[in-house]
Amino acid sequence: MTTLNELRPGKTAVITGIEGTDAVAMRLMELGLFEGERISMQGMAPLGDPREYSVCGCRVSLRKSETQRVYIQPQG
Amino acid sequence: MNLPSPESSTATIPNGIASPHDFLNREFTVALIGNPNTGKSTLFNRLAGMNAQVGNYPGVTVEKKVGRFHVEKQAITLVDLPGTYSLSPRSADEMVSVNVLLNKQPDLNPLDAVICIVDATHLQRNFYLFSQLLDVGLPLVLVLNMWDEVERQELRIDCQELERRVGVPVVPISARRGKGLDELKSALLRLLQSHSRTSMLRDRLELFPEAFQQARRELAAEVTLQSGQVFPEYLAERLLLDVNGETEREVLAHHQLPPGVLDRKRAWLAEQECPVPAIEPRVRYGWARMVLQGIVIEPKTRPDTRYDQLDWLLTHRFLGPLVFAAIMLLMFQAIYLGAQPLMSSIEYAQGYVADVVVSVMPSGPLRSLIVDGAIAGVGAVVVFLPQIAILFLFIAMLEDCGYMARAAYIMDCVMTKFGLSGKSFVPLMSSYACAIPGIMATRTIENPQDRLATILVAPLMSCSARLPVYILMINAFIPDDTVFGAWLSLRALVLFMFYFVGALVAIPVAWTLKKTWLRGEPAPFAMELPGFKWPGSRVVFARVRDRSAEFLTNAGTLIFVTTILVWAAGYFPGDHTELHRLETRIEQWDLAPDAPELEQLQQDRRDHSTRLLNESFLGQAGHLIEPIVSPLGWDWRIGMAVISSFPAREVVIGTLGTIFSLGGDIDESDTRLMDRLKAARHPDGRPLFNIPVALSVMVFFALCAQCAATLMVMRQETRSWKWPLFSFTYMTTLAYLAALVVYQTGMALGSLN
Repeated sequence: MTTLNELRPGKTAVITGIEGTDAVAMRLMELGLFEGERISMQGMAPLGDPREYSVCGCRVSLRKSETQRVYIQPQG
Repeated sequence: MNLPSPESSTATIPNGIASPHDFLNREFTVALIGNPNTGKSTLFNRLAGMNAQVGNYPGVTVEKKVGRFHVEKQAITLVDLPGTYSLSPRSADEMVSVNVLLNKQPDLNPLDAVICIVDATHLQRNFYLFSQLLDVGLPLVLVLNMWDEVERQELRIDCQELERRVGVPVVPISARRGKGLDELKSALLRLLQSHSRTSMLRDRLELFPEAFQQARRELAAEVTLQSGQVFPEYLAERLLLDVNGETEREVLAHHQLPPGVLDRKRAWLAEQECPVPAIEPRVRYGWARMVLQGIVIEPKTRPDTRYDQLDWLLTHRFLGPLVFAAIMLLMFQAIYLGAQPLMSSIEYAQGYVADVVVSVMPSGPLRSLIVDGAIAGVGAVVVFLPQIAILFLFIAMLEDCGYMARAAYIMDCVMTKFGLSGKSFVPLMSSYACAIPGIMATRTIENPQDRLATILVAPLMSCSARLPVYILMINAFIPDDTVFGAWLSLRALVLFMFYFVGALVAIPVAWTLKKTWLRGEPAPFAMELPGFKWPGSRVVFARVRDRSAEFLTNAGTLIFVTTILVWAAGYFPGDHTELHRLETRIEQWDLAPDAPELEQLQQDRRDHSTRLLNESFLGQAGHLIEPIVSPLGWDWRIGMAVISSFPAREVVIGTLGTIFSLGGDIDESDTRLMDRLKAARHPDGRPLFNIPVALSVMVFFALCAQCAATLMVMRQETRSWKWPLFSFTYMTTLAYLAALVVYQTGMALGSLN
């Protein structure tokens, strides 16, 4: 399965699921990362981690370890 | 999951209006809650900012902000709750909001209604919290803020249909522009008047499937039976949903639940296709999507939001850090250049007041107290007000426009290298203003080890109280040259470097702490990068005004008292009769001003005052500690000034002012402390200060824990004396060693040249 970590800058995908039920998973969902939402990658910080995404019309910043728990279906 | 029909939503609309005196003679209490970055503070300031009272909730570190306002003579108390994405409490701090909403917070009146503020351009995300609030069951107003932005982006939002679907009043506003506030007030008043005191609870809007409702009812009944007190269904809901959350800890601490009852219920819910906790986002986002279906119509081509390019630049891999450094450099240039004219006028006024006192009062202890104690001490501190104001102006603007989160994003990779996270960056950055709000801001760091490490290094950041010491030393002893061509002043560069000394030292300290006592996984980083906005002038100026007032209050109380004590220690027990006789003769001198007799009198006065200071209590104590501070290049006077500033470091300016004024090395009419320091001499006639001494004093102040208030806050936040003690010890040791190395190296280099 593809994870958000593999999404290239400027590309868009649809979220298919979030792994886990802990505080990190809940925080991701509270920030709007939820199955069915479109998410696009905006860019990365100086050393490539964390990265900036656009979801639900908001900008969020996620670390690599967090993006690996978000499953996606890439679009076009 | 059905949308409420128009019939069922009438439960929230007037159903038996209370008699007028029922609400006119009592004050209503209303809470304000919303996601971070929704303009909640701006709305609070607009409604009740004029007379807000800020305090703390007992036992936790949550700021308790309460204000009052009137709608048609009806007094309303407004409680500002902390910004949050969700009402699922993971810590005691987050539990406060839940307790306030459930009327379980003993120091507040029970709530009559709640204002939920959301960002109208991000309704779906904001509806997560809104749907939780609907579950709480209090009368609710939904405020769609940033309506100006909705109009600019050409979004269309059908407020009437939204109101019908969610079953609570919906008011569009623009808090920043002050639009829609009257509509909000009257909607709130109608809501308050329509609920009599006995029927405050709305009909619940039920989102969860039947199986979950059943489990929740059973659990609430079970705890109610065990405790003998009604257990709110909302808490039962949280108890089921928040695995290992704060509700669970708190309930288990007070009530004996049958062992395994929670696990059994959760396992049963999983069988019923309601897996905990995933059921909650599924239900709430499902509801949000359904409610918003057809309500928000986006324009076909969404205009590229004005600030997208700005975001691209500020978070760019290579350009972002450059812009960050440029902003910091600009800030220090502004502090330097912008404050100069204001400082000169304050110094001029101070000198004028001292001259007036000298001319109208006869020489004696009282005059010495006023001129050498009060004016020299407090005046030396007040001079730095312009710099403090400019510093806070910058910090408040950067925070309010949304840049601080970008700074955390850019710095995260650097922070992880020494074991912290980008989240530590904002608290550390605010510690540059003052370590106290900085330490309090660490509450946003979920990981306890990261939080403690951040708290322990926060006092190393160069807070605004160090600024006066740096400015004084730099102005007096660093040459007024320019570097890199002619555009950057050497003094600004030195100041800029001193602002990094603490941060540089913090790196190995944090790294060591995280490798030894505070081992742990790095904390989750997921956070929102709020949309850019022009900083709100009200919020920014309120910040600058409050901090400047705080600084002046400090100067007026703590610093004043300390300088008086230092003056007394430096004045007594010597016999000043001869000195006062000399001073009177000098002041009444009516012969030629260049007469050799006058020169002789001046010399006698200087010798006398130096001897008196040497023999005073302060002098005696100072000579005792001199062996400890002389390796740093200090004499006993600098040593005593530094020691007296351990309660609060900005005191040192006042005590230096008093000590060097009493010593009377130079003409009394020259009130500038800087000139007094330049003129100060060792007993053998060498100048007391040179560049290595000035740098050694500055390095000591950069690293030492000279702030009792910070140590107290640290105790409050860590709930132990161990960590403030540890901080004090390690910082003072570091400061001494660093000052030693700087002075000795500086002198060695100097003797090579």
